[in-house]
Amino acid sequence: MFGLSFDQLLDIALTAFETIAILLAVVIAAALLIWVERRLLGVWQDRYGPNRVGPFGILQVAADMIKIFFKEDWIPPFADKTVFVIAPAIIMFTTIMAFAVVPFTETIGVVDLNIGLLFILAMSSLGVYSVILAGWSSDNKYALLGGMRTAAQMISYEVFMGLSLLGVVLLAGSFDMRVIVESQAGMWNIIPQFPAFVIFLIAGCAEIHRAPFDLPEAEQELTAGYHTEYSGMKFGMFFVGEYLGIVLISCLITVLFFGGWLGPILPGFVWFALKAGFFVCFFVLLRAATVRPRYDQLMSFGWKILLPIALVNVAITGAVVVAMA
Amino acid sequence: MLNAAQTAWNATSSVLRTIGMTFMHTFRKRDTILYPEQQPYLPPRYRGRIVLTRDPDGAERCVACNLCSVACPVDCISVVKTEDETGRWYPETFRINFSRCIYCGYCEEACPTYAIQLTPDFEMGEFDRQNMVYEKSDLLISGVGKRPGYNFYRVAGMAVGGKDKGEAVNEAEPVDVKTLLP
Amino acid sequence: MEIAFYTAAIVAVAATMRVITCANAVHALLYLITSLLAVAVVFYALGAPFAAALEVIVYAGAIMVLFVFVVMMLNFNAETTQRERSWLAPRLWAGPGVLGLVLLGVVAVALGGVESGAHIDGTPLNAREIGMQMFGPYVLVVELAAFVLLAALVVAAHLGREERPPDHVKTAREGRNARKS
Repeated sequence: MFGLSFDQLLDIALTAFETIAILLAVVIAAALLIWVERRLLGVWQDRYGPNRVGPFGILQVAADMIKIFFKEDWIPPFADKTVFVIAPAIIMFTTIMAFAVVPFTETIGVVDLNIGLLFILAMSSLGVYSVILAGWSSDNKYALLGGMRTAAQMISYEVFMGLSLLGVVLLAGSFDMRVIVESQAGMWNIIPQFPAFVIFLIAGCAEIHRAPFDLPEAEQELTAGYHTEYSGMKFGMFFVGEYLGIVLISCLITVLFFGGWLGPILPGFVWFALKAGFFVCFFVLLRAATVRPRYDQLMSFGWKILLPIALVNVAITGAVVVAMA
Repeated sequence: MLNAAQTAWNATSSVLRTIGMTFMHTFRKRDTILYPEQQPYLPPRYRGRIVLTRDPDGAERCVACNLCSVACPVDCISVVKTEDETGRWYPETFRINFSRCIYCGYCEEACPTYAIQLTPDFEMGEFDRQNMVYEKSDLLISGVGKRPGYNFYRVAGMAVGGKDKGEAVNEAEPVDVKTLLP
Repeated sequence: MEIAFYTAAIVAVAATMRVITCANAVHALLYLITSLLAVAVVFYALGAPFAAALEVIVYAGAIMVLFVFVVMMLNFNAETTQRERSWLAPRLWAGPGVLGLVLLGVVAVALGGVESGAHIDGTPLNAREIGMQMFGPYVLVVELAAFVLLAALVVAAHLGREERPPDHVKTAREGRNARKS
C-alpha cells in the first residue's frame, strides 16, 4: 500500500494512536479542570463547591457539558458570522497544537521539533486572534473593549514570556523541549533560572488571561468581555480553551523549570502529572487570592519591571554560560 | 532608589502573604450547611410559612377582621367573614396565595388577636402553582404559636358566647350612662 | 516536502489575491494572516524552521495583531464595504493589472532561464547555525537593523511623552494665578 512496508504502517498507526491518546487526555484533563477549579475555589473560600453529582461531584463536568451542548447556539444578527464562528475554534486549535511539542515522558510525546519552544510561542501568539476576532466580530462595545485589552496584554506579555525562556534555552543549548528536560538531570532549572521562572509564571498567567490578569473578561467592567455575545458550545470552546491554556502553561512550567518527567522512584509520567497538577492548583489559588490590577498598572508592571528583569536575566545567564564554556 | 525597593518589597510580600493566607483557608471549617441532610438553625421569629393559631381553649383566634388582608402589600390574603349563633366572628374561608406572598410579616403585625403568625419553615416548594394556594384547613394549627396563654375574647370587652360585658379579665363593670349616680 | 512547499505557495498566492480583492478590511487582514502563515510553511518546507517560527511569532502573531487592532478601531460598516467594492471596478484595475501581468511574464521567463541547481529537500537548518551566521558574516546588517529599531524606539518614546509646558511658561502661569487669587 503506497509502497510502505508493514513496519512503516505500524509506526504510523502507533504515532496516530499516541497523538489521539494525548489529545484525548489533554482535553479530558481540561474538562475535568472545570470541576477541579470549582472544588478548589470552594476549599479556599471555606465552602464545598459542587459535591452532589456523582462521587465528590465529579460528574458535574458531564452535567455541565450536557447543559452546554443543549443550549441554543445563537449568532447575533449584527455579528460578522464567519469570523464569529471561526474565533472560538482558533483558541482550541492553537492551544491543542501547542501540546504537540510537549514531552510528557521519555517516550510519550507527539513530535520533537528542533524549534519546539518557538513553536509554542508561535501558537500562543496566534491565540491572540481568537480573542481579538471574537471581540470584533461580536459588534458589541464590551466585546470590542475586551478584544482591545487582550491584544495589548497578550502581545506585551509574549515579549517577557519569550525573553524569560531565553535563559532556559541558553542553559540547554537547544529549543528542543526534550533536550531541555534532559539538560535538567543534574539540577532543575528553577534554581539557576528563578527570576525567569517568576516572569514566566506571571507572563503565562497573562497570556492565558487568567485571574488576576483576566482584564479582557473583567465582569465588573465588561460584562463578559470578548465572549459577551457567545452562547452554547461556542462559549464552551472559549471556556475549555481557557482550561487547556492552564494545562498548557502548567505543563510548560514543569518541562522548562521543574525537570519534566525527571524524578526518583516513581515512573516519569506520574512525576509529570504531579508537577503539572501542582501548578494547575497554583493557578486556581492565584485566582482565589489575588486582585485584578488596573489596565495601566498591568502594562507598566510588564514593561517597567518584568522586561528589565528578563533582560538582565538573559545577560547574566549568557555571561555565565560563556564563562563556563 | 531605596523608596522604590521598599515599594517593590511591600508589593511582593503583600501578594505572597495574600496567597499564603488564602491557602491556609484549606484547613478552616467549612461555612456551608449541607442543607437537605443538615438542617439550618432558624430563629423562632424567622418569617416563613404562615399559620393560623388557636386560643389556649382550642377555639380559633381569628376574628375575620380583614386587617391582615388590608396590610398585605401583595394582596395575597383573602378572608370571608361569618358569625356563630353567639355573635362571635369567624373566617368562613381564609385563603393565602403563597406564590404571591413575600413573607414580609405585615399581616402578623396587623393582627389584633395574634391569630396569624409566621413560622420558621420555608420548605414550601411545589411543582404545581395551584398547590401554593393554602386554604383555612391547611393554615389552621392546633397550637397557640408564639403567644401561649393569650385569649382575645377573654380580655376584650365584647359580649360573646356566654361572657357578658364587664366579665373579661381586668375589666370593670360597664358604666350605666343613664344614671347620674357615681 | 515538495508537496508541502507547492501547496503552501499556492495558498499564499491565493490568499494574497483575496487580500487585494476583499472589500471588508478585517477579512482582508485575515487573508493576509493566512498568507503569512503559508509563507511560514514555505520556509519550513525549505528547511528553515527557525525563520518559519519567527515569521509566525513576529509577523502573524505581533505585527498583524496591531494591524487588526487599528482596523478594528476604524469602525468599518456596510457602507464603507460598499464604497470599497465600488473602488474595485474592473475599469480601475484592468490597465495596471495587464501591465503587471506582462512584468510577471517577463520575470517568469527570466527566472525559468536560470539553472540554479537548487532543489527542495527540507534539510533543516538549526538555530545555532543561524546565530553563527548572524553574528559572523552578517553582523553589520544585524547592527544596522538594531540602529533602525533604536531610532524607532526613540521616536516612539518622544511621541508618547507626556505633554508638559516648559518651566518658564509654568512659572508665568503660576504667577498669574497667584495674582488672581
